[in-house]
Amino acid sequence: MLNITEQSKKELWLRYIVLTILAAIILIPFLIGFWTSLLPTEDISKGSLWSTHISLDNYVTAFTQTPIIRYLLNSFIISLLTMLSQLFFCSTSAYAFVFLKFKGRNLLFYAFLATMMLPFEAEVIPNFTTVRNLNLLNHYSVMIIPFLTSAFGTFMLRQSFLQIPGELKEAADIEGLSHWKIYARIVLPYSRISLYTLAAYSFLTSWNQYLWPMLTTFSDNFRPVQDGLRQLQSQESFNNWGMIQASAAIVVIPTLVVLFFGQHFFKNGLNEGALK
Amino acid sequence: MEEPLNRKLKPLSNKSVTLKTQSIEKSSYDVNAHDKFYAWFFLGPSLVILSIFVFYPMMRTLYLSFFLTNSLGHPSVFVGFSNYINLLTSSAYLDSLTATLIYVIAVSILTLVFGLLLAQTASKKIAGINIFRTIFSGTMGVSVSVAAIFWLFIFNPSIGLLDQVASFFHLPTINWLTQPSWAMTAVIISTVWMNLGFTFLIFFGAFQSVPKFFYEAAEIEGLSRSYQFFHITLPMISPTIFFISIITLIESFKSFGLIDLMTAGGPNNATNLLVYRIYQDAFLSGNYGSASTQSVILAIIIALFTLIQFKLLEKKVTY
Amino acid sequence: MSIELKNIAKTYDNKNWILKDINTKIETGEFFAIVGPSGCGKSTLLRMIAGLIPISSGDLQIDNRSVINLPPRERNLTMVFQDYALFPFLDVEANVGFGLKARKMPELKIKKRVAHALELVDLTALKTRKPRELSGGQRQRVALARAIASDAKICLMDEPLSNLDAQLRGKMRSEIRELQQRLGLTLIYVTHDQIEAMTMADRIMVLNNQQVQQVGSPLDIYQHPSNSFVGTFFGTPQMNILKAHCPHTHNQQLIIDPFLTFQSPLDLPAGDYFVGVRPVDFDLTTHVTRTNAFVRSVEYLGNEFIIYIKLDDSAEIRVVTSEKIDLNSNERVLIRPKNKFFIFDHSGKTISFMKGVQNNGRTSKQETQAIIQ
Repeated sequence: MLNITEQSKKELWLRYIVLTILAAIILIPFLIGFWTSLLPTEDISKGSLWSTHISLDNYVTAFTQTPIIRYLLNSFIISLLTMLSQLFFCSTSAYAFVFLKFKGRNLLFYAFLATMMLPFEAEVIPNFTTVRNLNLLNHYSVMIIPFLTSAFGTFMLRQSFLQIPGELKEAADIEGLSHWKIYARIVLPYSRISLYTLAAYSFLTSWNQYLWPMLTTFSDNFRPVQDGLRQLQSQESFNNWGMIQASAAIVVIPTLVVLFFGQHFFKNGLNEGALK
Repeated sequence: MEEPLNRKLKPLSNKSVTLKTQSIEKSSYDVNAHDKFYAWFFLGPSLVILSIFVFYPMMRTLYLSFFLTNSLGHPSVFVGFSNYINLLTSSAYLDSLTATLIYVIAVSILTLVFGLLLAQTASKKIAGINIFRTIFSGTMGVSVSVAAIFWLFIFNPSIGLLDQVASFFHLPTINWLTQPSWAMTAVIISTVWMNLGFTFLIFFGAFQSVPKFFYEAAEIEGLSRSYQFFHITLPMISPTIFFISIITLIESFKSFGLIDLMTAGGPNNATNLLVYRIYQDAFLSGNYGSASTQSVILAIIIALFTLIQFKLLEKKVTY
Repeated sequence: MSIELKNIAKTYDNKNWILKDINTKIETGEFFAIVGPSGCGKSTLLRMIAGLIPISSGDLQIDNRSVINLPPRERNLTMVFQDYALFPFLDVEANVGFGLKARKMPELKIKKRVAHALELVDLTALKTRKPRELSGGQRQRVALARAIASDAKICLMDEPLSNLDAQLRGKMRSEIRELQQRLGLTLIYVTHDQIEAMTMADRIMVLNNQQVQQVGSPLDIYQHPSNSFVGTFFGTPQMNILKAHCPHTHNQQLIIDPFLTFQSPLDLPAGDYFVGVRPVDFDLTTHVTRTNAFVRSVEYLGNEFIIYIKLDDSAEIRVVTSEKIDLNSNERVLIRPKNKFFIFDHSGKTISFMKGVQNNGRTSKQETQAIIQ
């Protein structure tokens, strides 16, 4: 029979092997992408993935000859504004559902819930007509206005606000704070973990929008990065693989960096959230 | 008990706790009217947005689904349920529905299994584990277009990685994206890969939240690792498993980006999933009536799954 | 089954020692409590005995056989956790039989064992309930039943009562004690609560600062604390520790103020010392002209008073008396010693005990044992 240390050593090795295999599966698409972004397109299209001509030429091409920077900027503006407005409108709505007493509150809340069941994808046809009639097509606003608020975000924050101890609200009432002050000084600070989560969620959702901007934007001045990459791909018609991969890398690297540095914070957030 | 209370009250501590005259006055006027004003103020903007971009379009879609439409998308002839009947008897639509179901089920099962596998192997604290955890959550930072480009290259005939590997071993090369069943496989693989980052993070959190003493109790009883996994971990995180399943199902039903970028619904409509078909019918063929009907069917499917999800969230735990 | 700890130590990084020099032998059928403030390493020690955490150095023997290389299961022991470790998705019966089932014991035998264990803790009627349908005390009993059902003769308990309210804790204390004696278990019981240790255990190990402070019977530890930490840790209200001065080497007088002096039973080198006096061992006199203290506040506890008193030299003390007294705040009083006290050196080590006591063996032999009067 093996003793504890020998057995756990064997187990440890096995664990590292499995970890490495799994990591390889996750990483290969990234690595192939980054690697080919460094190779000359001629080599790639000849089918040789081993080249000695490693350079950043593809990146230079992507930066200078495509609007990739503009796409990124567009996406950033759209996502940031969407995130900020969702944080504001979702939290005010959630506040109303939790702390305000008014007629029809439950009915309205169920209406909000109902919208969560309806996929945006099933509503694009009338929405497209609406934004066309409002003259919003091909502008930042067309990608922001429909998403100024979100039923999901409201629901999430409502759940979080419900956790706030009743004494806090009572203490605030005794002090005679207005709803606006209670909202800003007590409710928001108390639920900041949920607000961070919603911020991350709404930013990412907006950043990853694909169908809607594809339908509603036609110029590089407003096109977000997801559809920008699609545009590059179809224009270059699969020929310039090196440049396409470089563009993909340019798009993905910032998010990976944010994810890498954000993970510590994210983990703490999870922990603190779990303690509540 | 004393300490958390103090912490909770902290935001107020810079204020005196004495009653101010203001709050006495406050009770003299109608509190409900006051709340009502704030309710309009706080909820109004959200209500307007949701009405214009969610409630109205849903009604409109439902309405359009009973009409034939002209090229501008305006209803022309009321046809009752015939759009629905036509669709549900059309083999092309049924094929799309079947393809979607295959895609959704395969993606959900694979995401679940691999997500659990990643979380399980990364759950033990050993040297260097943080590197693996970071890698495993990595695809969370990958958007749909980037994923499509990465995988398009891997699946590319003749220059792609898979075919180079295949020819190196003298295996028959596969035209991944031009053969119907392989195209579906390729799309499924890409989707699962994209899903794994998020799924891993959620499962990992769930694994960490299982109290350590359960495993200690199991160690003392001498239970094997696999017994612990199936009889402690899985039952303990079953709410999370259901949550992830439903989320993945719903998201897969709505898949559009990867399809558009990788196969454009082809070859031979093999990957023409529901949402892609709506897009084609409405915006490429101008067939708004039929597209609206498809939208309603999609909405019903998704609403059903969302309802299940709500029920689960309500219960929070299944035991 | 006896358990012997030999020089056990624990470190995670070979620099900082979580525990050091742990030595003791726990006899078969003994109720052994490990007590200490939070963070003293008592739970770590328990987990090392269980085999959940490896031992960094030293040896652990169960029935004279080294077990440091054995996995928990082969140490043949059972453990009750602070949070009970009840599976929320299993009912009471399944929770109690969980380990047996995992060990592939025949169904019928499991049923019998579980039924017996549930009977012992008086839970038979609730066997189909889920943990969330039980009260705290009932959950605690399920955890006990699980330990009983396993049939191991060594039972480890990690703060098993800390999640219960005070009343229930008192009740469970005697229940656990009773079960332990009835089943002849060797029980190692970790707690931060000195009352639990005092009332339940045959012997107590006091841990603090990574080290064993004292091992002994409850009486022994109360009457002969080996240092000021142990002295203050046991007994409520806490023992008073007063700074005292010994002016001359052969004087034997420890002076706090002119009225509060202690006669040391042995020669002490001149210098500063600490005198430990339990709250019941002060003599309080009121309505006298010569006073050395005043009353801060009085708590009435039904059968006794706790009086908070400030000495004029600014030290604050607690005095407990059961005499009927009528005191006002700020009233001047005279505090004098009775004849029971402890003398500690500057590091807190006990130098002298009161009358009629024997050294427990842990205090250094060189220290002269002293007896007052």
